[in-house]
Formats: sequence, structure tokens, C-alpha cells
Amino acid sequence: MASKLTPEQRRRQRQRESLIKAGLFAAAASSVLVTLGIVGVLLYESAEFFRHVSLQLFLTDTVWTPLFDQPRYGILPLLCGTLLSTVVALAVAAPLGLTAAVYLSEFASPRVRETIKPALEMLSGVPTVVYGFFALLFVTPLLQKTILPSLPGFNILSAGIVIGIMILPYIASLSEDAMRAVPQALRDGSLAIGATKYETAVKVVLPAAFSGIAAAFVLAISRAVGETMVVAIAAGQQPNLTIDPREPAATITAYIVQVALGDLPHGSIGYQSIFAAGLVLFLMTLTFNILAFWLRRRYREAY
Amino acid sequence: MTSTAPQRNEPSRAFDRSEARRARNAGRAMRETVFRIVGLVATILGLVALTALIVDLVISGYPRLTWDFLTNFPSRRASQAGILSAWVGSLLIILVTTSVAVPVGVAAGIYLEEYAPRNRLTDIIEINVSNLAGVPSIIYGLLALGLFVYGLGTGRSIFTAGLTLALLILPIIIVATREAIRSVPSSLREAAVGLGATDWQVTRDHILPAAMPGVLTGVIIGTSRALGETAPLITIGALTFIAFLPTPPIQSTPPFVNMHWLWEGYTVLPIQAFNWISRPGSDFLANAAAASIVLLVITLGLNGVAIWLRARLRRKLKW
Repeated sequence: MASKLTPEQRRRQRQRESLIKAGLFAAAASSVLVTLGIVGVLLYESAEFFRHVSLQLFLTDTVWTPLFDQPRYGILPLLCGTLLSTVVALAVAAPLGLTAAVYLSEFASPRVRETIKPALEMLSGVPTVVYGFFALLFVTPLLQKTILPSLPGFNILSAGIVIGIMILPYIASLSEDAMRAVPQALRDGSLAIGATKYETAVKVVLPAAFSGIAAAFVLAISRAVGETMVVAIAAGQQPNLTIDPREPAATITAYIVQVALGDLPHGSIGYQSIFAAGLVLFLMTLTFNILAFWLRRRYREAY
Repeated sequence: MTSTAPQRNEPSRAFDRSEARRARNAGRAMRETVFRIVGLVATILGLVALTALIVDLVISGYPRLTWDFLTNFPSRRASQAGILSAWVGSLLIILVTTSVAVPVGVAAGIYLEEYAPRNRLTDIIEINVSNLAGVPSIIYGLLALGLFVYGLGTGRSIFTAGLTLALLILPIIIVATREAIRSVPSSLREAAVGLGATDWQVTRDHILPAAMPGVLTGVIIGTSRALGETAPLITIGALTFIAFLPTPPIQSTPPFVNMHWLWEGYTVLPIQAFNWISRPGSDFLANAAAASIVLLVITLGLNGVAIWLRARLRRKLKW
């Protein structure tokens, strides 16, 4: 039937095919443009910023007050707040998420797994502003009423805990995927020589799924580092060089929100400072994402 | 005599060993049981947190959830404030977002699965997409602030906001489309090609329809994500107090539609909620909770639909 096309029709069809292919390629290539746009904008505005502030001062000064009369531009307090909230989040999500993953993958019946896993994934569907509300008006008062009566209303601790709840499904779900990708033969072998299910899970399946689990953790860390609304709402917005999570502190993301909420003139150094802060954030998450990509590729090749 | 001594000793040593082994095995079994319990608790703890969050919101926000709350503009008086401009804004922005992100994302997914040659450029695009999915949302806000608001001069408009969120959910839709297409068996493709269909005919008439539920799942997840995003919109300067609606897109005089609304100011549900949370005093907290409930019902509802769709898909499609 196809042979009934006239040469003219065939030519037109070929033309249309290559036109469509070009269009589809353009769509795929546009995603590269987005990345180029991000890098371009961040570098361009940061370059303006670093014309006024030396890179050395930016990385070593311990005070961040770009909006004051006597501005200081040390990124360390923001970096510290970011890392602190990430560490707290990880302290919550890592043990819970990994245990849940082991349980779901190795112990739970298929029915339990198919019910609980989607329910857990719901946690990642909650808007971050709602998590912020939860941290400020539920977790902080709860901590104040129970174990930390002297906790201030704004603090890194409850923001970190809630971010931990937020990244829990990433760790649990992705680690579980990695563990389920471990071939059944490995489990059978371990059980056959008399290991218990728990021993098999911890000593055979976990090590075999290591790079996949590591990738899940790295992705979750990247999420926590870039999380904005929870810290902006619940952690206070004063830059604070501290390692005590009970204190209020600002993160890189919270600073960007704080500046954007005010009305800074375009081109001012305050305006440029959010791009410099954004560049630091982008480089951090980029490192984590590349690491995760590499880890995942490795574990895919393993089996 | 000399040979009986070890014989007498033998059973008792064996007894010792089996005793020790039994004790050790009991310990191993115990650890197994303990982990079953700990594992279940750890798994359920996340759900407990979700429940606590919902219950807390309902307790503080439910009394404010009236019809008026949905149809009133924000106000200085907490008891009269509503979310009309917020949900209208959210709706219009999602319209812009999906009409950009869905065609581009699905097209990109089709290209990468069906057309892309194995070469370096394809590798770059693939790595790029997976990296974009991990870029924090606030970075998209900075991109839009520098490029759209000041670079291209699109201002603090619905158009800018919609486009920003479109870029943000693009990787989600690309990844979902690719996964959906990958799950279509190649026998379908081969049969169509064997009958003389062109690449595009195969894709349009066979691959895409078969992959549709998976694509749809990605679109729904992306939409839900865009609806809940706050940070990038704050970065590009969303206004927090909007007591008017955008120009209606439909008018009674020809050409009956207009695009003025694209260039107007806006607020959205999460920003309205954020605004109420950060107000001093507790009057507005109930409003924030009520707005959060509305937001949560929409986003969790969309997520639920996506999960249901995926589960149904898995059961139905046994190629």
C-alpha cells in the first residue's frame, strides 16, 4: 500500500519526517539551554558582585550583612546554617529511611509494601510552605513543651527535623529500589547457608545495593541543601555562625528569599549578592547531583 | 582406660557447644524479631508525621474554611480575608506552565527514547536532564529574575511565573515520558515499522497512545509540584497582596479572547499562605492553615490520582 505513494508524496513525507525530527531535537536541546541560562545568569551577576568583594573575603569573613550600612560579605554563616539544617535533616531521615527501606524490601509482604510505599511517597507531595507551617507551629511548640523548654521560636532544629521528614521518601523509596534490584540468587545463597533474614538483609543485600543507596542519600542531601521555604519560615532569617541547631540561623536559600521579599533595586550590590549566594548553592548541589549520577550508573552496571 | 577418658569427655563438650549455639541462635532469632518491629515502626513513623501535619492543619484551619474564604479577596481583617485572587492566580499560572512544559517535555522525551543517536551530544542532553531535576527550585527563580524579569523585560507577570515553573517541571515530564516509552514493548514498534510506517507514524499512532498513562502520571506529578512551589515565585517578586483579578481571558466583543492577563500581577496559593504565616500576631495563622488545607487537598489529590494511575497501569499492562 505504501508503494502507491507518488514520488512527490514520498518526498513530502520525508520532508515532514525530518522536520518533525528537528522539532523533537530542538525540544530536547532546549533543556541544555536551561542549564546554560542558569550558569550564565549566575556567573554574570556574580562577576559583578566579585568586582566589589574579593573572593578571599567572601570565603573567609565570618559575618554576612550585605544590607547593612557597613556591609560584610562572608558567606560562612550562611554556609554553616545550610550545612547544619542538612545535618539535622539527615540525622532524622537516614536511620528512619534506611530502616524503612530494609523493612519494605526484605520483610514486608508485597501487599504491605504496595500500600505503604505510595503512602510514604505522599510525603514528597506536600508543598514546602505547608512543611514550613508545620515546623514553626507544630514541631517547635512540641519541642518546647517536651524536651527543650528554652528553645527559641525560630530555630534550625525544627526546620531540620521537618526537612528530614520531607526527604524521608527519597531515601526510603530510592534505597528500596536499589535493594530490590539485588538479584534473588544472592539472598537465596545466604539463606541456604543458614543466615537469618535480618543477617541476609544487613550483610548481603545492603552491601550489594551500596552504590544505589549512596546515590539515594546524595540526592536527599542535595534536596535538603536546596530546601528553602521550611528554613525561611521556621529557622529565622538572621545569619548566625553557629553549630548549635537550637539557635536561629539563616541558610543560603533563606537569605535569597529574604532579599527577594524586600525591594532591592536591580543592579545594586544587595541584588547581586543573591546571585553570588545562588552560585555557591548551585555548585554544591551540582557536586552532589554528579556524584549521585555516577553512583547510580555504577550500580546499574553491577548486575 | 586411656581411651575411655576422651569418650567420656566427648558428649559433654558437644553438649557445651550445642548449648552455646542454641543461645547464639536464640540471640539471632531475637534480633530478627526486634528488627521486624523496629522496621515497621520506622516505616510507619513517616506516615504518623503526615497524619500529625494534616490533623494540626485541620484543627487550626477548619473553622476558617467557608465559602466566603474561597470567594473573598485578601483583607487587612483576618476574618474577612480570602483566597480568591490566589486560586485564580494559581490556575492561570498552571495554564501557562503546562502549555509550555507538556509539549516541550513530551517532545524531548520522545526524541531521547525514539530518535536520539548514541553519541556524545545525546549523552550531554541526558546528563543535563538528570542534573536539572536536582537543581533547587530557588535557582530557577534566580534564572528567571536575571533572564526574564530584567533580561527580557517580561516583568513580574503571570507569563514570567508560568514560564519559570515550566522550566522547573520540564525534567520531571521528560523523565516520566522516557520511562513510559521505554515500557512499551519493541514488538509493537517492529510490527508497525514492518508494515511500512514511518518513524513519526510509529511514534504518533502506536508508541504515544501506549505510553499515554505513564506520560499523564508525569504531567500530573509535575503540575502538583508547580502548584506547591513558593520559593522561585518569591524570587521573581510575586506580590503578596492582590485585591483584584486579572482581566478575564474571554470578552464579549471580537476577537472574544484576550491575552492581557498574561502580563498582569498575580499571587498564588502558597505565596498567600506564606504571607499569612509571616505576619506578626496570630490572627492570620488560621487563614494560613485554611489556605494550606486547600493547597494540600489539591496537591495530595493530584499525587493520589497519579499513584492510582500508575498502579492501575502496572496491573493492566502485562505485555
